[in-house]
Amino acid sequence: MSTFQFPPSIASRPTYGTLGPRAGAAQIMLADAEGAEALLAVAKTDPELMRRAHVIYIPKHTGAQFIDQLRAANPAILHVAPSYAACTQRLHRVFSAAPMGAQLYLAGTEGLIGQAMALALQIGIPKSAIQTEHRGSVARRVQCVHCKGITEDVMIDPFQCSHCGLNLFVRDHYSRRLAAFQGVCIDAEDPGNVPPSVELYS
Amino acid sequence: MSTDLDRLHVVVTAKVKLNDLVTRFEFVHAGGKPLPPFSGGAHALVEMRDGDVTRLNPYSLMSDPLDPSHYAISVRRDDAGRGGSVFLHDKVQVGDRLNLGYPVNLFALDLTARKHLMIAGGIGITPFVAQIKQLQSTGGAFELHYAARTQALATYADALRAAHPARVNLYLDDQNQQIPLERLLSGQPPGTHVYVCGPRGMIDWVLTTAHALGWPPEAVHFEEFLAPQPGMPFTVELAQTGKTICVGEHESLLEAMEREGVDAPYLCRGGACGQCETRVLAHDGTFHHHDHWLEEHDRNGRKIMPCVSRFEGTRLVLDR
Repeated sequence: MSTFQFPPSIASRPTYGTLGPRAGAAQIMLADAEGAEALLAVAKTDPELMRRAHVIYIPKHTGAQFIDQLRAANPAILHVAPSYAACTQRLHRVFSAAPMGAQLYLAGTEGLIGQAMALALQIGIPKSAIQTEHRGSVARRVQCVHCKGITEDVMIDPFQCSHCGLNLFVRDHYSRRLAAFQGVCIDAEDPGNVPPSVELYS
Repeated sequence: MSTDLDRLHVVVTAKVKLNDLVTRFEFVHAGGKPLPPFSGGAHALVEMRDGDVTRLNPYSLMSDPLDPSHYAISVRRDDAGRGGSVFLHDKVQVGDRLNLGYPVNLFALDLTARKHLMIAGGIGITPFVAQIKQLQSTGGAFELHYAARTQALATYADALRAAHPARVNLYLDDQNQQIPLERLLSGQPPGTHVYVCGPRGMIDWVLTTAHALGWPPEAVHFEEFLAPQPGMPFTVELAQTGKTICVGEHESLLEAMEREGVDAPYLCRGGACGQCETRVLAHDGTFHHHDHWLEEHDRNGRKIMPCVSRFEGTRLVLDR
């Protein structure tokens, strides 16, 4: 199973729900990797809704595993993208053209959900029209608060910033604007004194 | 009264008959001071002393919200109503002094919206007149769809169309024109909010259509002031004050409590704001709920809105 129960945390940390079919003037679905399972669950509950959906899917490490299943669910449009960056223009276009009443379904990793959520809100899609469901990896998108560089798919804590090289402690403190957790230098006062890294949620 | 707002003392400076049904009244501060600014969509209670009866009816302010020199309301004459609009039309003259409540807004523009889609029916145009003036000064995007019975009864339509020819759309019943609601609500850009003010049927039509098209509730705004309905007289026991009062055929439960000196809370007096919500302690009979406020599960003997709702039965005890 690709679900994970996040332990309770501070108020700024995003929480996620379970996708469910909702009536709407348009149905827009975005998922990465195991997030496809959440979309397929919606399709199983409401096959008719899926046939009207515009699905954008980023397989990541799952390769072709879910693509055929998504295609078999017969969405109006299925676009498979190699990365989030590669589909941002499409997302911008689809979100901007979405009429009020459109429903947005985001499923998969926190990085994908957070970035798509920030983009949709910036375009004006109401928050209550956006459903989210976390699936798959618990890796985080982290901003180094010192150099402002963002490192994707962080799985260990502390980790080394991929931009400036500082050793960063991964906080639950989250920026919705940046769709990133905050990483803070862990050995600022005693350079080199870095505890051994552990896997997130291990 | 239990809201601690004082009254605004005003003088009537203009009474302008706009058509067979609607008359505009303009007020300035009796002491020559500026009136408080308000926000588009706000209403004020107008205190009317008609012989022994004192009425407090809400009317939408439709002057420029940022202009403190005067207020204006437009009143539709309702000969079948309880007499407030007829009193204003027939008795109130230029030079008369009146008391107004301070402006209260239960129908404000959501200024986070990217666009405001306004739907008006008949006299429901009045809050939009003020909102459009407000948006003119802030540059907000809006679109008005206004339905009226006839051209003559389409109050302010000419002025609005002259000022905003591309944004104001008029639909006349006697020309068989109807607002293409489903098409309108299916094609709005992200971030649009819809506002409706008009008769109950129109409000229900917009709420139902918006819901079916997936509009989130917080992007759908409505306002309908309800006049208290007349009905069978009934008796109420008030547990806190220990009084037993009779509500007459043509007065509301709230008015009856006030007549007996009971300090009951209120704000809009039109079933919209929730301020007068009152717990029911015991009852034997049927409620006639007329408000927009209570949840369905509260309507079965848990709560009542004394400003517009009534009771028919042998016993009613309220927590007041």
